[in-house]
Amino acid sequence: MTNFPSKRKSSGIKQWDHVYTSSVQNAPSHHWLKIFGAGALKGMVVTLKNFVTSYFRKPDQGGIFTVQYPEERYPEIENYRNLPFLVYDGSPDKVRCVACGICERECPPKCIYITMETDVAGKPVRKPAVFDIDYAVCMNCGICEEVCPFDSIFMDHVFEIASPRRIDTGMIRHQEDLLKSSEYLQKIRPKTATMIDEKKRAAEEKKKAVVKPPQGPTV
Amino acid sequence: MENMTQVENRHPSETLEINFGPQHPSTHGVFRMQMLLDGEKICSLKPVLGYLHRNHEQIAENITYAASMAYTDRLDYLNAMTNNFAYAIAVEKLAGIEVPERAEYIRVIMAELARLVNHITVIGFLLNDMGAFFTPLLYAFREREKILDIFEEVSGSRMMCNYFRFGGVKRDLTTENLTAIMQIVRRFPAFLEEFEALLTKNEILCMRCQNVGILPANLAVNSSITGPVLRASGVNYDIRKVDGYSIYKRFDFRIPLGEKGDVYDRYFVRILEMRESLKILYQALNKIPQGEFLNKKTLPFLKMPRNFKPAVGEAYGRIESPKGELGFYLVSDGTPQPWRYHVRAPSLINLTVLEDICIGQKVADAIIILGSIDIVLGETDR
Amino acid sequence: MNMPPLLRDIEFAVDLSFVNAKGWILDLLSHIVPDWVVVFASIVISGVAILVLGPVIMMYLTLLERKLIGRIQNRYGPNRVGIWGLLQPIADGIKMFTKEDIVPVYADKVIHCLAPIVIVIPALMVFLVVPFGERMTAVNLNIGLLYFIAVSSITTIPIFMGSWGSRNKYSLLGGMRTAAQMISYEVPMTLSVVPVIMMSQSLSTNKIVLSQSGSYDMNWFIFTPWGIVGFIIFFLCAVAECNRPPFDLPEAESEIIAGFHTEYSGMKFALFYMAEYMNAFTLCGIAATLFLGGWQGPFLPSWIWFLGKTFVLICVMIWFRGTFPRFRVDQLMGFAWKFLLPLTLINILVAGLCHFISEKTGWIYSFIIFSISFWVLVRLNRPWMPEKRHYPLAN
Repeated sequence: MTNFPSKRKSSGIKQWDHVYTSSVQNAPSHHWLKIFGAGALKGMVVTLKNFVTSYFRKPDQGGIFTVQYPEERYPEIENYRNLPFLVYDGSPDKVRCVACGICERECPPKCIYITMETDVAGKPVRKPAVFDIDYAVCMNCGICEEVCPFDSIFMDHVFEIASPRRIDTGMIRHQEDLLKSSEYLQKIRPKTATMIDEKKRAAEEKKKAVVKPPQGPTV
Repeated sequence: MENMTQVENRHPSETLEINFGPQHPSTHGVFRMQMLLDGEKICSLKPVLGYLHRNHEQIAENITYAASMAYTDRLDYLNAMTNNFAYAIAVEKLAGIEVPERAEYIRVIMAELARLVNHITVIGFLLNDMGAFFTPLLYAFREREKILDIFEEVSGSRMMCNYFRFGGVKRDLTTENLTAIMQIVRRFPAFLEEFEALLTKNEILCMRCQNVGILPANLAVNSSITGPVLRASGVNYDIRKVDGYSIYKRFDFRIPLGEKGDVYDRYFVRILEMRESLKILYQALNKIPQGEFLNKKTLPFLKMPRNFKPAVGEAYGRIESPKGELGFYLVSDGTPQPWRYHVRAPSLINLTVLEDICIGQKVADAIIILGSIDIVLGETDR
Repeated sequence: MNMPPLLRDIEFAVDLSFVNAKGWILDLLSHIVPDWVVVFASIVISGVAILVLGPVIMMYLTLLERKLIGRIQNRYGPNRVGIWGLLQPIADGIKMFTKEDIVPVYADKVIHCLAPIVIVIPALMVFLVVPFGERMTAVNLNIGLLYFIAVSSITTIPIFMGSWGSRNKYSLLGGMRTAAQMISYEVPMTLSVVPVIMMSQSLSTNKIVLSQSGSYDMNWFIFTPWGIVGFIIFFLCAVAECNRPPFDLPEAESEIIAGFHTEYSGMKFALFYMAEYMNAFTLCGIAATLFLGGWQGPFLPSWIWFLGKTFVLICVMIWFRGTFPRFRVDQLMGFAWKFLLPLTLINILVAGLCHFISEKTGWIYSFIIFSISFWVLVRLNRPWMPEKRHYPLAN
């Protein structure tokens, strides 16, 4: 949406000078415009001009810029943040989230509920058993995404989440509703996803490099 | 209430008590005015507030500093960037954090874009109250849409931006963003010319707005009015020039002043202020340096906001928001949550003169005067 | 006009198509039923035509207004219901029919329920004297114009009834303003019509149109000096009589929510709405008749000319709505009494003057007289004229 040509008249610097240099800002008026009623007529001319150009100009030059939803959609912007979702790598049980609970603590309206999973012996496993987000309470601030140390929760672009009930299958989303693959992340936020993959790859290479040298000279 | 006895002595007519209630198309939110009318003249006016009270200050005392940045967006919900700016300045004063150059420029650009958005919205709604049936409002919204697109690309959300962080901003501006902002700045004067051609010399507008709701300068200063309302009454006070917070001292811009202080002056001062904002934007876009967008020392606090414990003390940070002086007063006691957090909302303070300037005017004027004082209920009631 | 005879025959046929259709039906009936039934049937046909035409015109006027205002504001108007939104008025009608009819508890029920009825009837009655085309006036009254002015001024009463019967302070404010406004604007409206009556020497709308014939059917009254000023004044008063912006105080949406029809819902509101649009249509029709030559015009059939002129005037009314803010009450009254009224009186003078002297000198004299009087009136109404302001820029 950012590539609109500025074909309006004042795209040159010269026409800016009168904005800079005039010291008493009173719109210059010609002599005949001082008749009572002329200001109103000038307004009518502006409206007429808008009426006529609305038929055949492009949207950003005076034409109609309505996007007829749901047939047409507004182009998606990468950084748009709406509601959170969880990321998995590959298959839905390889969740990146380790249920550390930082996002739950930092969430301002406290809309995340996490319980860590425990295995049969009672020892905690680093996976969430329960991960509920109340979409009705979430205020789209994005703080959960910022504080997550494991890059596992991100802000989604969905906004068509209307549902008839508030609690069951309504606004409270459970873990299975929230899990989306990392390919989905790559699709909606390519720059962020690429950056995270690079970081991961760099961290892995560093680990490999650290492991290697001790085995070298001793043999 | 002396006006009441004057009315009764003049002729025995009853006064009508009417309630411009919380639900009204033109009171800019849930705001109630209790008026006593004599025919069409207003005898007394009492504003009743509190319908949108959301406990903002108390919530902030229970969450960390960084988390309440997201709540400051919702104070003056029309220009969220400004509220974030003021809060960031207050916290940086409290904790002594410095802001890098590029971040300062980005902040000024966002603040001036927010000023443009606010002023055109206000003028559009003022004309809506006057009955122009949405036409100037929709013309204004055309430009506002472009600016909101910029906000969305930069911060992620059109209105609730949550963009500023302590020591900088959250995300850098790319060259595409800068080009887009420059295109907006180039288009804007043409839009302003069209807007003025439609409005400024319109006889009906002049008849409705001139000599209506005159605010004398000494009353304005005594009631601590700030913002365009004060400058329209002729008082030369703009916090960007007086305090010189952020890097406003480097930009060349002037302050438009009005003469009489009526509704027309407030409207025209806002248009002139928009032109000055365009100047500032132009200079900032040309001079923005490369560099980092966030003070590196505050990066760990982004991941672990619980560790951000400013020193014990207090700070008051204020900026020139499009509605007046927006200030945040913070008292810290060494814990991650502030001990006291108070917002000095310009809308609430500017409302205190509403009764004085409305008495003697007609009902239709009261609506216009309220529209020209430019209140937002989110800020007034917090 | 020298047209080939075939074309002229076609033009006559199209021109008188409705008249011929009605004549054919009556002819058919006269074979079947006695004579007095035929007379009765003639009245019924005219009445039914108007009763059908009125609401249909109103419905499509609302759609036209919404689409034009949408285009002025750079957006589409309604375009979801049917292509180009053509079924939107039907959807609106269904909505109005099925809404709950709320009567406030302490309201004066008789007045409250009567008001919408009393406002629609005059709006429909005015259709009788509007000349839709050659020989297409429903009732050819000798005093057509007087009838029109009298009947259209009845609308003040039901508006006041509506506001009083609703027992609501907002409605009361609206009603008071309306009564004042409509009565004040009757006076310049009536006086601006006086030159037309003088020049055409008759009150019948048909004769007024016929007196504007000649020179290729373009000898309209608007091309005379008193005609232009009279037309502008009449049009402004017509806009005020219909309660359209910029004179729409009675239903000032942003101040007193909906003025006199705040408490009306459902079909009663639809009747108020209908009356407003039908009033707008008839007033534009009468303005076209009096000043723009009614159905006179070369080449095209008469009813197309009439509808075209009315359509143009309605578009101008809609254009006013999209552009201007609203007047305040005292400014409105001042405008009518202190500005328009003196102008109408001077207009009558100028009309008389132009009748007795030749055309060219008539234009020069009338231009001088009007400019002087305009300047004097503007000086006298000093308090409201826009002032020049200076805005210093400080550091």
